Amino acid sequence: MRTSIRVGAVAMATAAALLMSGCSANTGGGDDGPVELNYWAWAPNLEEVVDIWNAENPDIQVTVQKQDGGDPAITKLLTAIKAGSGAPDLIQAEYQKIPTLVSSDALADLSEYGAGDVQDAFADGVWDSVTLGSDAIYAIPQDSGPMMFFYRADILEQLGLAVPTTWDEYADVARAVHAADPAKYLGTFSSNDAGWFTGMAQQAGASWWGIDGEAWSVDIAETPTETVAGYWGGLVEEGVIDNKPMYTPEWNAGLNNGEQVGWLSAVWAPGVLGGNAADTAGLWKAAPMPQWDVDAPATGNWGGSSTAVTTQSDHPEEAAKFATWLNTDAEAVQALVTTAGIYPADAEQAKAALTSPPEFFSNQPDFYEVAAEVADTVSPFTYGPNVNVAYSAYNDEFAKAADAKTQSAFLDAVTAMQKITTDDMKKSGFTVE
Amino acid sequence: MTVTEAPVATRSSTPTVRRGRGTFRSRVLVPYAMLAPGIILFVAFMAAPIVYTLFLSFQKTKVSGLGLGSGARSTVFAGIDNYVTTLTNTEFGASVGRVLVYGFILIPLMLGLALLFALLLDSRRTRAAGFSRTAIFLPYAVPAVISSLLWGFLYLPAVSPFYFVFDKLGWDVPSLLSSGGVTFAIANIALWGGVGFNMIVMYTSLKSVPSDIYEAAKLDGASEIQIALRIKVPIIAPAIVMTALFSMVATLQVFAEPTTLRPLTNSLSTSWSPLMLVYRDAFTRDDIYSAAATSIVIALVTFAFSFLFLRVVQKRAFGQED
Repeated sequence: MRTSIRVGAVAMATAAALLMSGCSANTGGGDDGPVELNYWAWAPNLEEVVDIWNAENPDIQVTVQKQDGGDPAITKLLTAIKAGSGAPDLIQAEYQKIPTLVSSDALADLSEYGAGDVQDAFADGVWDSVTLGSDAIYAIPQDSGPMMFFYRADILEQLGLAVPTTWDEYADVARAVHAADPAKYLGTFSSNDAGWFTGMAQQAGASWWGIDGEAWSVDIAETPTETVAGYWGGLVEEGVIDNKPMYTPEWNAGLNNGEQVGWLSAVWAPGVLGGNAADTAGLWKAAPMPQWDVDAPATGNWGGSSTAVTTQSDHPEEAAKFATWLNTDAEAVQALVTTAGIYPADAEQAKAALTSPPEFFSNQPDFYEVAAEVADTVSPFTYGPNVNVAYSAYNDEFAKAADAKTQSAFLDAVTAMQKITTDDMKKSGFTVE
Repeated sequence: MTVTEAPVATRSSTPTVRRGRGTFRSRVLVPYAMLAPGIILFVAFMAAPIVYTLFLSFQKTKVSGLGLGSGARSTVFAGIDNYVTTLTNTEFGASVGRVLVYGFILIPLMLGLALLFALLLDSRRTRAAGFSRTAIFLPYAVPAVISSLLWGFLYLPAVSPFYFVFDKLGWDVPSLLSSGGVTFAIANIALWGGVGFNMIVMYTSLKSVPSDIYEAAKLDGASEIQIALRIKVPIIAPAIVMTALFSMVATLQVFAEPTTLRPLTNSLSTSWSPLMLVYRDAFTRDDIYSAAATSIVIALVTFAFSFLFLRVVQKRAFGQED
């Protein structure tokens, strides 16, 4: 019942927003006044970067409307799209949300506004995720989260262990760390973080969705993902890898007191470690991910977002111009790095902007050189129109598996994810192979 | 409405003679004008959303082909599809089952403790009654999300002071957040927050009992315990029934506690309780239509439970008053 009330309230709020935005569009978008653009985003301090644009472009004024985060902003946008009004001109959209948004007809195609000119600034894998492999361009990439391996250099050294470069070595190091002190783990398998697991499947060569002519394919239960799930299931069953979720008070304490000796994370990890494990500053180091095949180094992405223009914008051309500037202009990217603390998707600008390591990693001067090297090896991955369903299936099915602590349960979880994701697409009417 | 108007009209015939003109206006229109704010608020914030939810529950999204680009996604009439999906969904059945187990643990404990505390506070020999009453009631003022966060910390062995002590004593206490204990963990949070409220309801009802009844019982030689069990409990039975009803409804709607604890453990799924399932379908899976159907089913089941419960206990609890 509470939910039904909430649904009604959302509808009413949308109706109210509809009336108000209708008014402001008329007054703000006249011929003589400047073009006014609304931008829904949640990156910290983004408004300071936007201030630079506003000072330089009196004709196009952008207002940042702060959002709670990726999921709520997208839910709000989809509601506004359904209602026919109330959407902003620009939105910060995570890569995995783009197919869902395109499928709801929420994103404008930027290719007609010259967005194709900046294609070369981005890695192919990143560009694919904003075009969905088509001729359309649905967003300009902003930041990316290439995955890396973070470890307590002091503890590995003390135990006389080398930094693992392959997954076999990672398993051996995990065994050695746990054998030396049963309270210590090299890492944890987190059923809460679907994006983390997706990144690791991506590294192994998985691409969970695909477009084959006029039909979608869902390829979760295939060799790469099964290999990754079986690998982690084996380590959890053996007991040498922890099975508790990340981002809990317990996990934070573990990072801080040395019980969590490593973390498979992404380039943004220094910020999290600095906040959760402040006592360990200077003790961590970053390395490329352990590999399945050392001759073909690869990694996945965990996180990353783009700037998209909505279909409800009255000024898509101006909005596209701003989105391009924000993510490829030298001054803007530098400001994104220093004030918003992101890792830019634009590789050239990233290199110029990221000169010194993050404060928490001041012991590793080559931090961003390692990151740039890793970012170059991101495997291609196609997201589908129901990533939300696949991710919530991951949470439920892998929670059961992590609780059961058996390798077979991990493999069953992959099969269940495949079935839930496929069934959902078929139920909605998508053509699925 | 016509049924209630009729007696008003007949009764007003006599005063019409006495008071003269304007009676239709004052007798019929004025009461409605005074009711209007209530009616408008009820319609806008209760009836309209319910009707809208019903309307949504008979629709679904239909995608064609790849579902990309404009016009690929449309909303169509679904008939009873969403209801069939809800009723055949094993996740829904499982969530109802879990909540029933949770209710069987929680409600007897919560009401039992509330009754015990109410009787103790009402007993003449209790000292510091005011302080105890406030102390027991205070947890009710803590929002469920906050209390779940607090208890979550206490449940996690690595950060819990309890487990620190257990560890020092050399006891191996299993985590309450494991799959076997998580129902108790949630029930405990609800118990902590709920006892105070139910105690206040029962205590208030005890306070309205005239004290001469107790004096009569005393003169007849009844002990404090006999007075409590033979006189106080039967007299406040209607209050106990009411708190039981409220608790049952709250149990079926449990949401905040498991949602807040979920990120801390592998043993809570996103469909642990029926309302969590609704939330997940509506806001994570973006399928507001089947979520609407599930909401309607939950509402109907809650009504059915409440009426059945009242029918069974009403005679026993309220019978003596007639």
